[in-house]
Amino acid sequence: MREQLLAIADDELVLGWRDSEWTGIAPVLEEDVAFSSIAQNEIGHARAIYRLLSEDADALAFDRAPEEYRSSQLVELRFVPDWARTIARRVLYEAADELRLRRLMASDDPAVAGLAAKIDREEAYHRMHAELWHERLRDEPRYLAAVDELFPYTLAMAEPDDHESLIARFEPKTVASNTVLQAHARGSHADGWSELWEEMTEVRRSVPGATW
Amino acid sequence: MVTAEAVWSALAEVEDPEIPVISLVDLGVIRRVDIDGERVHVEFTPTFLGCPALEVMRAQMTDKIAELGGEADVEVIVDDSWSTDRITPAGREKLRAAGFAPPAPREANAPRLVQLQSQVFRCPYCGSTETRLENIFGPTPCRSIRYCMSCRQPFEQFKTI
Repeated sequence: MREQLLAIADDELVLGWRDSEWTGIAPVLEEDVAFSSIAQNEIGHARAIYRLLSEDADALAFDRAPEEYRSSQLVELRFVPDWARTIARRVLYEAADELRLRRLMASDDPAVAGLAAKIDREEAYHRMHAELWHERLRDEPRYLAAVDELFPYTLAMAEPDDHESLIARFEPKTVASNTVLQAHARGSHADGWSELWEEMTEVRRSVPGATW
Repeated sequence: MVTAEAVWSALAEVEDPEIPVISLVDLGVIRRVDIDGERVHVEFTPTFLGCPALEVMRAQMTDKIAELGGEADVEVIVDDSWSTDRITPAGREKLRAAGFAPPAPREANAPRLVQLQSQVFRCPYCGSTETRLENIFGPTPCRSIRYCMSCRQPFEQFKTI
């Protein structure tokens, strides 16, 4: 359970970081506002889960070596300035995240179930945002290509129990082989991860124990 | 000797740092106050987990309780026990008067887009129900932006949590 919670918190932290890269440069002002709020929420979720796992959330978030993070490759990829991939990731991530949150909400541990229920109430608005964009771009070739490209990463991020449901929802042209899923599995990191890790941890590496 | 009543009254003077028209008590984020000698245990439920005002609120509560001669022990409860339904009727009216449309009632399941688009939201300025969703997100995570077609004024709508 601890491993799973750490993976979820790392996903939320890293995606929050990636989404915040749109602050100030999103294609329209509304999305500048939306991505900033979404990123803020995701990082808030990461902090709450880290606190469940440790007294010192900042130490978990920023003091680990890059290979110790359990984030999935889906959230690590850097997409700025590519809006089609950015939206495809938001749509796919929220779909997979909803499934795993459902499972946590049914957990026997009341602290986990309670926090998951709280997170889910906030994620509902991220899902609505994703749904609006999915409807808007559903016939756009660049968006559809981005969904196909990122679908294997989504399966690699999700628990195997959720694969069937995700495949039924997104109907990918081909289903990724086990070899492809292995290549994208947690524990191996995507291109751009080391640069992101350096940026995220720069303050704490310069001033150990720095707080905000 | 600090009393629970005195603590509740003091906390009713602490404003939400991001929406200063409403107090923490009106916002419904104080779940419980327990007194043990000088120790004042406060159960506090955040609105949004990423809300940057949380630490400010905690510091303000600690200061207020210190003014009463108490030592605050603020426990942050991160479960689903806070909902926008906990905003008091007085709090809802203060929000509306300041131009923030109060949240719609919470339902058993988390809201979906179709509900957000079909529910009737009233303009806090002119009272018209001819309003449309402009952006699910707004200046803080707890608010959306809507637009009133009657008085042609954008306004902020509290999200239902």
